[in-house]
Amino acid sequence: MAAITYKNASCIYEGSDKLAVDSLSLDIQDGEFVVLVGPSGSGKSTALRMLAGLEDIDEGAIEIGGKDMTGVPSKDRDIAMVFQNYALYPNKTVAENMGFALKLRGVSADERRKKVEEAAKILDLTEHLDRKPAKLSGGQRQRVAMGRAIVREPQVFCMDEPLSNLDAKLRVQTRTQIAALQRRLGTTTVYVTHDQVEAMTMGDRVAVLRFGKLQQFASPNELYDKPANAFVAGFIGSPAMNLVTLPVASDGVKIGDSTLELERDQLTKLSDLGLSEVTFGIRPEQLELTDSGGVEVVVDLVEDLGSEAYVYTHAGSGVELVARCNPRTAPKLADTVRLRRHPEGAVHLFHPETGERIN
Amino acid sequence: MTTPLVRGTEKTTATTDSAATPKKKGRTFSPWGVVAWLVGLGFFFPVFWMVLTAFKQEGDAATSPPKLFFTPTLDQFKAVFDQGIGPAMLNSVWATGVSTLLVLALGTPAAFALSLRPVRKTQDALFFFMSTKMLPIVAAILPLYVIVSNIGLLDNIWALVILYTSMNLPIAVWMMRSFFLEVPGELLEAASLDGASLWRSVREVILPLVSPGIAATALICVIFAWNEFFFAVNLTAVNAQTMPVYLVGFIAGEGQYWAVLSAAATMAALPVILCGWFAQNKLVRGLSFGAIK
Repeated sequence: MAAITYKNASCIYEGSDKLAVDSLSLDIQDGEFVVLVGPSGSGKSTALRMLAGLEDIDEGAIEIGGKDMTGVPSKDRDIAMVFQNYALYPNKTVAENMGFALKLRGVSADERRKKVEEAAKILDLTEHLDRKPAKLSGGQRQRVAMGRAIVREPQVFCMDEPLSNLDAKLRVQTRTQIAALQRRLGTTTVYVTHDQVEAMTMGDRVAVLRFGKLQQFASPNELYDKPANAFVAGFIGSPAMNLVTLPVASDGVKIGDSTLELERDQLTKLSDLGLSEVTFGIRPEQLELTDSGGVEVVVDLVEDLGSEAYVYTHAGSGVELVARCNPRTAPKLADTVRLRRHPEGAVHLFHPETGERIN
Repeated sequence: MTTPLVRGTEKTTATTDSAATPKKKGRTFSPWGVVAWLVGLGFFFPVFWMVLTAFKQEGDAATSPPKLFFTPTLDQFKAVFDQGIGPAMLNSVWATGVSTLLVLALGTPAAFALSLRPVRKTQDALFFFMSTKMLPIVAAILPLYVIVSNIGLLDNIWALVILYTSMNLPIAVWMMRSFFLEVPGELLEAASLDGASLWRSVREVILPLVSPGIAATALICVIFAWNEFFFAVNLTAVNAQTMPVYLVGFIAGEGQYWAVLSAAATMAALPVILCGWFAQNKLVRGLSFGAIK
């Protein structure tokens, strides 16, 4: 077990002029579960592979347990990795797959069997130990890949989208199992996913990446409540936060003829910056239907999820807004309704050009 | 660390996650099956006729129309052995065996480097290998003859070993590369993270997976080297004579002795057929066993 530090680590692929990972700095504590999340091409997998020694660290450094890993081959880093495709050895049985690393380290056959059986028990693979991977289901293969990682008791777990080949239901179950397993083993874990739900539910802290650059590194709650910029605001949360660039008035922001009021200190900040427009963000659950006041909108679509409903609307000025409401009292398609900010609802303001958070 | 934390979830919940089961093949009649049989028989018939003729007396072999029923005899095989098939057979086995082993020893690392561990200028290297096959051998035989003669390897089996190795190497590299390419690269990465050296991961992880491909490649090399005639007839005389050259000796100037020629040809074909038979198991085995979903 060890802490991990990325120090301005960069990676560039041969034949490309853009950095795949651009001076990434992360401080990951011992035993922490950190999720790297971002859209495809954000460099999240590359960042993980740099840690595992599968990609070169072209600039900067990565330290594991205080030791610089630049130039250290993967086999000497004491890292276990779970691959998206599991990468099980097809010619070896489940037990041999799980015990391969121990065998390479010269652990005796008895000791090896004991450790493999222990891990198999945790992962409920005991009866499959003598089978080849081809005879296993997707979920079982995924668990073998996990087992191969945990029998080694490595310093660090690296997981590269380990759930993306499972069907939706199994993915949700395995998600909680992996998180629980990690808490129990206490091994520092870096987990890559493009799924923001996985990121929010599994990580102690989440690093959001885009175009190889770190956008924000914070706890899931902080990412949700105080996104550092408009990209993080739009990426975290489902359905996504409403993000619209609106003109600033004396008491708030204008949507068509109506005004969504802002707090005094928010208005002060806007006038300090001299902005006539602002990127205004509000989560669907912070908007509510109202009888009077607020903004008049037309309903385009109602998504009824049973426990809640999302109303997709547009205002006269072409601004699109999504609001959460009670599915029993949801409006109908093409209805004209009024939306207002929930009394305690938080509003996010971002710079219209840089996208940086203002309030 | 003994209580099960993660329960087998598939069994109890309604997911689509089930263990891989082999697919059943339906045996339905298809007109293409008939065509396939006809083509197959068409290919097999000359071989069948050759073997049949080998067991005939010369008189039975030369009749018109051809005889299908006759008293079989081993006289022709005896005649072939009396004329000294041994040294030619040995030369062929030596040239084929050694050249194939050399091809595998040199070609496997090359194919690995050109697929799983791409080196710079991979495409150029591949083209270079292929380009060596573009020159017709007839055009190269004169300089080759002079070189072989100058280094004193005329009528020496080692000249053929070297030539057969270089003749088969490009094909072998290309063939094995395509097999290596089917191995998912993550396997090497997984092995290296498990702490395996390059040599260890190649030996324990990659080679078992590509062994059917290597067997197929070896078989092709054996067939090509065994059947090679042009080099052999030009660069050998008596000492290093191989089976194809020896066979030609039975095509006599006066009259055709079909039966004895057939017996010799059958003897010449036998080793290749045996190799194919033994490699068959490996050849039909699937290359990947579900490493990748």
